[in-house]
Amino acid sequence: MSEKPLIRTTDIVRSFGAVKALRGVSLTLSAGEVLALVGENGAGKSTLMKIVSGAETPDSGTIELDGKPVRFRSAAEAIGAGISLIHQELNLAENLSVAANLFLGSELERDGIFLKRGAQAARAAELLAEVGLPESFASKPVYQLAPGQKQLVEIARALSRNARVLIFDEPTSSLTQTETDRLYRVIAGLKARGAGIIYITHRLAEVEVLADRVTVLRDGANAGDIARADISHESIIERMVGRDLKGIYPRSTRSPGNAVLDVRGLTWVGGPKHAVSLTIRSGEIVGMAGLVGAGRTELSEAVFGIRPLATGTILIDGSAVRIASPAGAMAAGIGLIPEDRKLAGLVLEKSVGFNLSLPSLGRMNTAKIVHFGEEARTGTATKDALRIRTPHLRQPAGALSGGNQQKIVLGKWLQRKPKVLILDEPTRGVDVGARGEIYALIDQLAREGVAIWMISSDLEEVLGMSDRVLVLHEGRLSGELSREQLSERAVMRLATGGANE
Amino acid sequence: MIRIAGVLGLLLLMYLGLGLTDENGLSASNLRDVTNRQGFYGVVTLGVAVLIITGAIDLSIGSVVGFSAILFGTMILKGYSPFVATICAMSIGAITGLIYGLLVTKLRLQSFLVTLCGLFIFRGLARWTSDGNIGLSQVMSKAPEAEGQLTLLRRVLIGKTFDGELLFPNEFVVMLALAGLLAVVLHLTIYGRYWYAIGYNERAARFAGIDTDRMRIVGFVLCSTLASFAGVMLFLDYGQATPESAGEFLELYAITGAVLGGCSLKGGEGTVPGMVLGAMVLPLLRNLMVFAEIRDAVMPVVIGMTLMSGAMVDEFLRRVQGRS
Repeated sequence: MSEKPLIRTTDIVRSFGAVKALRGVSLTLSAGEVLALVGENGAGKSTLMKIVSGAETPDSGTIELDGKPVRFRSAAEAIGAGISLIHQELNLAENLSVAANLFLGSELERDGIFLKRGAQAARAAELLAEVGLPESFASKPVYQLAPGQKQLVEIARALSRNARVLIFDEPTSSLTQTETDRLYRVIAGLKARGAGIIYITHRLAEVEVLADRVTVLRDGANAGDIARADISHESIIERMVGRDLKGIYPRSTRSPGNAVLDVRGLTWVGGPKHAVSLTIRSGEIVGMAGLVGAGRTELSEAVFGIRPLATGTILIDGSAVRIASPAGAMAAGIGLIPEDRKLAGLVLEKSVGFNLSLPSLGRMNTAKIVHFGEEARTGTATKDALRIRTPHLRQPAGALSGGNQQKIVLGKWLQRKPKVLILDEPTRGVDVGARGEIYALIDQLAREGVAIWMISSDLEEVLGMSDRVLVLHEGRLSGELSREQLSERAVMRLATGGANE
Repeated sequence: MIRIAGVLGLLLLMYLGLGLTDENGLSASNLRDVTNRQGFYGVVTLGVAVLIITGAIDLSIGSVVGFSAILFGTMILKGYSPFVATICAMSIGAITGLIYGLLVTKLRLQSFLVTLCGLFIFRGLARWTSDGNIGLSQVMSKAPEAEGQLTLLRRVLIGKTFDGELLFPNEFVVMLALAGLLAVVLHLTIYGRYWYAIGYNERAARFAGIDTDRMRIVGFVLCSTLASFAGVMLFLDYGQATPESAGEFLELYAITGAVLGGCSLKGGEGTVPGMVLGAMVLPLLRNLMVFAEIRDAVMPVVIGMTLMSGAMVDEFLRRVQGRS
């Protein structure tokens, strides 16, 4: 590593209104280094990266690039200086070809107006090769690509602008294992070329694999750096939350009762041909693992009445129910916490109270008039029980942190007192502190006799929480693991299509 | 709240302007006239505003109003009683809304497109139904027995005597009654909640167990039914209707009113008091311009500028609020 760091920020301060997002943050990044930037939601990671990449300006503090102070007034300036941010929500023009996207805004042109298509195609092929995508992709429209491939296109675009600093914001949150592995290889390649990488993630396992150094943020300030040799789950979490977090997974002793949910021979319209059958008992937490795209979410949506069933029956407490809509599923006692809370879980613009009561309004008053008193009472009770951190119930849900938003989605369903609760990625994008609270809540529900079906791509979570794990592979149940058989290897083997030992 | 205060302030300024430009500006007879217009605009604005809250739009309002007015006149001419003609026109409105709603929810067509087709279809139907102007005098000569019911409808819905003297702005009263009903539905019942939820995030509403398709269809039915009712009012008010132009551009005025009143075209936002106040702006503006002796040809320019300034002020307020 060179003595002069590639990037050094010193005492960056940035406020939004009364909120101090950053209160003097410093970090350094050297060439050929992967720096993991971790911290709970709201710790200031994203704001800091927006400042480094020119999207925001700091109130005070300095940024040095190659030892020289710089001040970016726009993202374009930062890109010009060699700093590229690979967005979490990818910023590609879906309708244009990969090549067109690679050069969007910096097209190779002649006489100011004509595209040099030939030259662009050649350069595109080079860039795609660098990120391990086939040359033929250059002419494909972006919408035909898988999420992981889009990400690689974004990286190729950064390379086309000679980026020396690449910032990744939770790049693997929607990638499959194969795609993630490929991304890791590309990052290793970038590192070898002398680029500096800042990698924001919630997945600590990733940090252990990738990072040369870790910078931890807490409440908008530095909470310590960790050198390669000292990187471990415990060391990171301790700095993130400022306390030792042991036993984040509560495991109370529960004795599962009767089968509450019994799915027999289920297939749904437009889904895979193999029928799926599964049973979940009262007071039992059943984890469902599988790769992205294995059909877990689709299966749960079929059970919840969002996808029309082709074959099969669903039994609740032993009697068959006909479910043709979410309303029907709810009437049968099923609740679903969707995978994407922003897309399907919450009305972000509306208040916390509005969101909490949405599924139960019809029950509070048969006259179909909103029962404002009851709404406020149950809303406050839920808010307190779940410790949703909001100044009042009138706060827009979108203004809260990811963890608190997820608690609202949970709260919505708890008010309905479901017999079966399907949780799809219950802690995605949720910080460690809130995660522990959500786990405790799930455990408590199970103790109260709710049948829990927990879909998760977070293996640790699946292993930590489940009484039993079902693994889905390409739309079919590839195996079932009891608590005793559970291991990361066993789950992965089934998830990738291997047989149970 | 800021939004409503803003429109209220704008209205007050315009009333003040009306008083200052002409001594007759605030006379009882002029105010009766303007208020009646405001009531008429309000009826169509309420309908489209609900639709806008659910995240949809209706571009066919003007044509539906025109067709409904022509159908009303023609039916009476053919010997049907005015009551029957009213119910018939409104039923066609309701069915139109149902068809729009089904096309938008079940076939997943865009409301902009579906109702754009409706704009052409109903204008064509109006011209097909009648070759030319239909007026009260013509109706009276062919169907004199309708006079009793027509007088009653005109008196109750418009506030005019049969001879056309405006006694009281009943159109505004009718609109306020409808607004009152709508306010209860929108702000006090669970269905109102559902409409707002759908407008912001239909998927989340569906995941919460709401029958979003049905709720959206109801929005279309409401909007088109109110438009056809407005058609009946239009015929009763003017005492005549022209197939080519009756109700023309009314959808744009209605949308303008809704937006001025705080509805966001993105969906999910808007209040009944806002809609009522928003709908009051354009008729008043038109009246003010007449008194200020600004040429009628300039009118569209002024309407456009008003809406644009409104949108700019609104965006500015939003940003200020967002920052604090």
